[in-house]
Amino acid sequence: MTDNDQNDTRKLSIISSKGSLDMAYPGLILGNAARMSGIEAHMFFTFWGLDIITKSKLNSLNVATVGNPSMHPWFHIPTFLGAIPGMSAAATWMMRREIDKLDFPPIGEFVEMIIDAGAHVYGCKMSMDMMKLTQDDLVDGAVVLGAMEFLELSEGGQVIFV
Amino acid sequence: MSTQTEIILETVEFDDDGFMVDPNAWTPEIAEAIADDQGIQLTDRHWVVINFARKEFEENDEPPTLRRITKRTDVNTKEIYQLFPGGPAKNASRIAGLGKPTGCI
Repeated sequence: MTDNDQNDTRKLSIISSKGSLDMAYPGLILGNAARMSGIEAHMFFTFWGLDIITKSKLNSLNVATVGNPSMHPWFHIPTFLGAIPGMSAAATWMMRREIDKLDFPPIGEFVEMIIDAGAHVYGCKMSMDMMKLTQDDLVDGAVVLGAMEFLELSEGGQVIFV
Repeated sequence: MSTQTEIILETVEFDDDGFMVDPNAWTPEIAEAIADDQGIQLTDRHWVVINFARKEFEENDEPPTLRRITKRTDVNTKEIYQLFPGGPAKNASRIAGLGKPTGCI
């Protein structure tokens, strides 16, 4: 009746390299969508993206108002005004509110959800060394992994870079 | 797949993705048959999800998102993946006789 087995062999790898609130969601949403469809998901958090799975950081990700050309529609302001103190906090508050309206969870809950959903979550070893982080700093369920190992397990699948 | 399952499924119209064309033609027996076809034996816990999805569809005219199911029932994320292996969003909706879920969460 159904051709449902095709997803059994599909594999998606996502590299999240940015740690701002607006760059954290795309990778999480795609990884979660993959799991909801029965697709194997591997999520590699590197450089600033590591903040998304770092316990002490994940609940305080912000929206950058300087150097971010995509503030429309809730917070469309010229770059030079974005540098005023409090602007980033206001944009972050607005984005959190909009995300909540759509019933998307906050970052911490989202990360927990994708791990429960069976996505593999990795912290980039090199980035962790650079930021002096250890396994204990990452959320439960995250695994420390090197870039070469990540490439090996991504072989044959689709790769998305965020 | 049992003979009974085959007989039931032959009477039901599905789209190319395996979702029922007419959600109103759904019965609990059809749910059992679709589940059996996917190798799932329905338990009380499956029915918590299926009944909730049916109720939501009646109220909102679309299948609930996975997040909505896990937030509004006592079935959590881990459990729903165990109950409906191979992609709970689509499989739960299929068994509940509803269309392909369009939500992203």
